[in-house]
Amino acid sequence: MWEIKFSGFGGQGIVRCALITGKAISLYDGKFATMTQSFGPEARGGACQSQLIISDNRVLYPYCTVPGVLIALSQEAFDLYEPGLGDGGILIYEEELVKPSGDAARVKRYPIPATRFAEEAGNRLFTNLVVLGFFSAVTGACSADAMKKALPGLVPDRFLSKNIAAFDKGYEFGVAQSGAVAAGAAQ
Amino acid sequence: MPQPRRLVEGNEAVAEGAIAAGARFFAGYPITPSTEIAEVLSRRLPQVGGHFIQMEDEIASIGAVIGASLAGAKALTATSGPGFSLMQESIGYASMAQVPCVIVDVMRGGPSTGLPTLTAQQDMMQARWGSHGDYRIIALVPDSPQECFDLAVEAFNLSETYRVPVFIMTDETVGHMHEKVVIPPADQIQVVERNWHKGPKEEYRPYQFTGKDVAPMVKAGDGYRFHITGLTHDERGYPALTPEQGKKVVTHLIEKIDSNVDKISRVEEDGIDGADVVVISYGITSRIAIRAVQDARKAGLKVGVMRLITVWPFCEQKIRELAGKIKGFVVPEINYGQIVLEVERCSAGKCKVISVNSCGGAVHDPEEILTAIKEAAK
Repeated sequence: MWEIKFSGFGGQGIVRCALITGKAISLYDGKFATMTQSFGPEARGGACQSQLIISDNRVLYPYCTVPGVLIALSQEAFDLYEPGLGDGGILIYEEELVKPSGDAARVKRYPIPATRFAEEAGNRLFTNLVVLGFFSAVTGACSADAMKKALPGLVPDRFLSKNIAAFDKGYEFGVAQSGAVAAGAAQ
Repeated sequence: MPQPRRLVEGNEAVAEGAIAAGARFFAGYPITPSTEIAEVLSRRLPQVGGHFIQMEDEIASIGAVIGASLAGAKALTATSGPGFSLMQESIGYASMAQVPCVIVDVMRGGPSTGLPTLTAQQDMMQARWGSHGDYRIIALVPDSPQECFDLAVEAFNLSETYRVPVFIMTDETVGHMHEKVVIPPADQIQVVERNWHKGPKEEYRPYQFTGKDVAPMVKAGDGYRFHITGLTHDERGYPALTPEQGKKVVTHLIEKIDSNVDKISRVEEDGIDGADVVVISYGITSRIAIRAVQDARKAGLKVGVMRLITVWPFCEQKIRELAGKIKGFVVPEINYGQIVLEVERCSAGKCKVISVNSCGGAVHDPEEILTAIKEAAK
């Protein structure tokens, strides 16, 4: 079972990341996924988060209890949610937006210059897809194939190929950073 | 057409279920956390030849729904606590005039405007007793987006079968939770169509008060004589203001549901035989409770589970029978203790009844439920 928290600030595509992964898992990877998101005043500007539970069996409790994976795309999100990440968990963060503090050895840290990669792929709006590719490679929680199948309908049709290119960029970077870790990563 | 397998939130699943059931009219006023139901239906209903109206408030919304139903459409509205309160008067009218309609209440924390964005199960007793006078309604509680779809279909079927308002009592968590929903092909979805009157016009009687069956209906505007009033009425629908008729009408409203409890009531059970403790829950809380039950079973306790899919009418007989056989019931709810009162009433002091309340805003910590299970097992 995976408990995953996607976090950042409103407008970065945080919720979209969780939706794509949830769809990929439950429609194309043959597992169960339950996705929830911050809602109401807390979702307007500032920190935004979305939670995804992945399991081989039906998900009962719909929220993260102790997340095993945290994706942090803003300093505020890191400050808020990193202390809740389980020991030995996986921290993925945007290295140009987050300066991690605290015990570096407590969790496995995976920095990525996602915004820069997205700009190289055509537009910084693709940052979330770069992160998603990186997440797929680093954690192995969801296959790249399923993720790509999940994209139509969740990204605009005319930008589908660019989103896939951004995903691939993040995925390749993830494999290069941690190929061995990805293969065996489990909670 | 909707795709057969999708990742959708509960609110969208309710909307799709309503359309699959044949609903072609929605009138509502947006309110968190139910608004997505209106949003989806504003797009989807016109695609299937239906109508969507945003009314000026919830009082007008339920009025429009009742009117649409009497004109022949399967109709629904969706709201949350404050809007549900405003609708209560007309819910009584729909009960009295026996107008089929479906009302979705996506529960949030109350009272009053309370906690608009946070989850709750605080309207369970209001669903049962919200309007004045003696009447019965049916209330279904889904625990997942899939069940939001399935129970939306069932809600319309029950509403048509018994000519009664049916409530889908969901909550913010289920309403906004995304999970896979499988939408079966239309020919595999069982849909109950309205029972239309077929004989000569002059023989038509819009009501019968047998306590069992309900009279067939006609469409307003088709040339039938169909008087509709909230006053106590006779078989033709005309006011008949006597104690005798009052007794006849009220008895019918109650008996048409009570005498069919076995057909209406759906309860999911697991591990009841030989259990010392039975956890009774509904909606999202039942999923949280299973976690606690699993832990309790690992610790060697004999724990059964009852998940109420139909909360109203209440499964009285099951509770009465079980109460004599077990040590105790544990009833977790996201309210200060509402359905636990029914469990206490039906168990009549024959076993312990422990309420595990969470006063709105958040689902339970499974640990709290586990503690209550251990207490009940003593």
